[in-house]
Amino acid sequence: MLARLRAFLGRPLAIEAIAILALLAVGEALSPGFASPRQIVNQLIIAALLGVVAAGQNLVILCGQEGIDLSVGGIISFGAFLGGNLMQQNDANLPLALASVLAATFLIGLMNGAGVTLLRIPPLVMTLGMLGVVNGLLVVLTRGWPSGRAAPLLVEIVQPLALGLPGIVFIWLAVGVLMALALRRTTFGLNVYAIGANEEAARLAGVPVRRTRMLAFALSGLFSGISGLLLLGYTGNVFVGAGDQYMLPSIIAVVIGGTSLAGGSGAYWGTMAGAVFLVVLQSILTTLNIPPFGRQIIYGVVLLALMLFYGRQRRLRG
Amino acid sequence: MLSPFTKPATAVDAGGAGGWSASRSRRPYLLAAAVFFVLAAINAILQPTFLTFDVAASNLAAFLPLTLLAIGQTFVILGSDIDLSNGGIVSLVNVAVVEIIERFGDSAASYAIGIAAGLALGLAAGALNGVCVAYLRFQAIVTTFATSVIYVGLALWILPQAGGQVPPDFYNVYAGAVLGVPNVLLILVAAAALALVIARTRFYYALRATGGNMQAAFFTGVPVARVRLTAYVVSGFFAALCGLALVGETASGDPLIGGLMTLSSVTAVVLGGTSLAGCVGSVTGSVLGGFILGLINNVIFFAHVPFEWQGLIQGAIILAALSGGVAMARRGRN
Repeated sequence: MLARLRAFLGRPLAIEAIAILALLAVGEALSPGFASPRQIVNQLIIAALLGVVAAGQNLVILCGQEGIDLSVGGIISFGAFLGGNLMQQNDANLPLALASVLAATFLIGLMNGAGVTLLRIPPLVMTLGMLGVVNGLLVVLTRGWPSGRAAPLLVEIVQPLALGLPGIVFIWLAVGVLMALALRRTTFGLNVYAIGANEEAARLAGVPVRRTRMLAFALSGLFSGISGLLLLGYTGNVFVGAGDQYMLPSIIAVVIGGTSLAGGSGAYWGTMAGAVFLVVLQSILTTLNIPPFGRQIIYGVVLLALMLFYGRQRRLRG
Repeated sequence: MLSPFTKPATAVDAGGAGGWSASRSRRPYLLAAAVFFVLAAINAILQPTFLTFDVAASNLAAFLPLTLLAIGQTFVILGSDIDLSNGGIVSLVNVAVVEIIERFGDSAASYAIGIAAGLALGLAAGALNGVCVAYLRFQAIVTTFATSVIYVGLALWILPQAGGQVPPDFYNVYAGAVLGVPNVLLILVAAAALALVIARTRFYYALRATGGNMQAAFFTGVPVARVRLTAYVVSGFFAALCGLALVGETASGDPLIGGLMTLSSVTAVVLGGTSLAGCVGSVTGSVLGGFILGLINNVIFFAHVPFEWQGLIQGAIILAALSGGVAMARRGRN
């Protein structure tokens, strides 16, 4: 019984659920109203923005071989900018804008994947280089002055849709269901786990390693683009460096969600909880009446403490 | 593909066949050297004063901070880890030194206290990283990101906004010269000499073995955890030197100055031919990598590229150089 309890508590999702509830309790105690339904919905909206990017990051990391995507922040900014300029507050332009953003961001991700698989550039290097290119491209396109506004219909995603929850949260849930189905019920998903767990074995078993990894990077670009569109709907307009803040948190959400950075094991549910946890932690620190430097130090210390539970390297034994 | 299990053993077992590919694997910085000379030539054509003493000295002063940071990062990467907190350490040291010197006044003793405190901070920050990654076996990427958040938080505590001012004597020394040799060159030579001395130690061989195959290194009796910790401490030390150089360069403190340098230091190391998988690489390459990044900026500036295009062209050149270097390195090995 105790052993089973301990096994349950050792699972990332359980740790996260407990941590999130604890944070909500602490927040409510420190500032009444923190855990009110309205506040929780607000936090879910922000968590959805992070969670959707983290879906792509999750796929790339699951593929193993030091898979990581550092270009997501740039692609989010790019998606928001492109979308805002194509729709220009007009619902009639919405379909074209959505299609263009999704196609463009998928292509950027595909280029990452091509560099990693065909040229065999380490993912960290390839996506870091791509980040520089995408950010440079944004400056060319914006000439330093971001422009573009969301279509009214897109802004609606943050308004309550059903059950008091806004559309953006349902979009995120849909992403969650799709990710679960894709990872557990499709050939692509099983291939992702296979190459992440043991690439050589997967190759010998006939898994198309390159195509799978390339698709994972392309989907990471696509999810970043979707997140950019959601961000555009959330803020209404475009600002410089809008996506920068999502780069490293998207990786952390995946890691504290229980996905191993070595690849091959983990699930998206954990990542979703990881995104919620990071957002609640941030907002509790904002609520607390302490100066910004103190918030930052606490945030870092909590992340460091979390590392005790996740993805520690195995002990070397003689 | 990069994995701890298919590590190319080239750096260790080079010998045998001669020719370009073999010398490339023994000296992974050769490509970086070629790129460096091409960029320097282009720079000299675009900017006729490039090879004059004053311009060379001012270029060196501008390139020095990132180059120092890249030297430290090299050691961590050779051990197959990564340090995403070195920019945070730069910020922390930068503001701490400025504050200390402001508090103790304009005297040699005050400078000495400031510099010593800065170096001690760098060593301590590096040690914290090393303990977390090597002894507590935390994930290197996420851990050093978390500590960088803490270091920048501490920097913001010391100095919430860019400001402060060190006395002219302090930054004049940085910009000055001894017997006609610019001090920045002396600093670079001293730092490179220190790095080369480290490269002759047992620690360095143990580090490369650790980066090559951690499990095998452990079996052969390499104190893996201590070696990885030491690499982080060395990285922290060079980050502190970078923070001090920035005090000399800007004469003031900025709690956010190091933020963008972290990823640039990784770029410089990879441009210099060091493999992110560990084991293969050199400090020489990273120095060249730091210079290459600086020269790319210069070339774009002097080619009169319109302002809004500079970032894109810079990004494209860096991406091309990175992928070219990686592709060539692989061809050399295969």
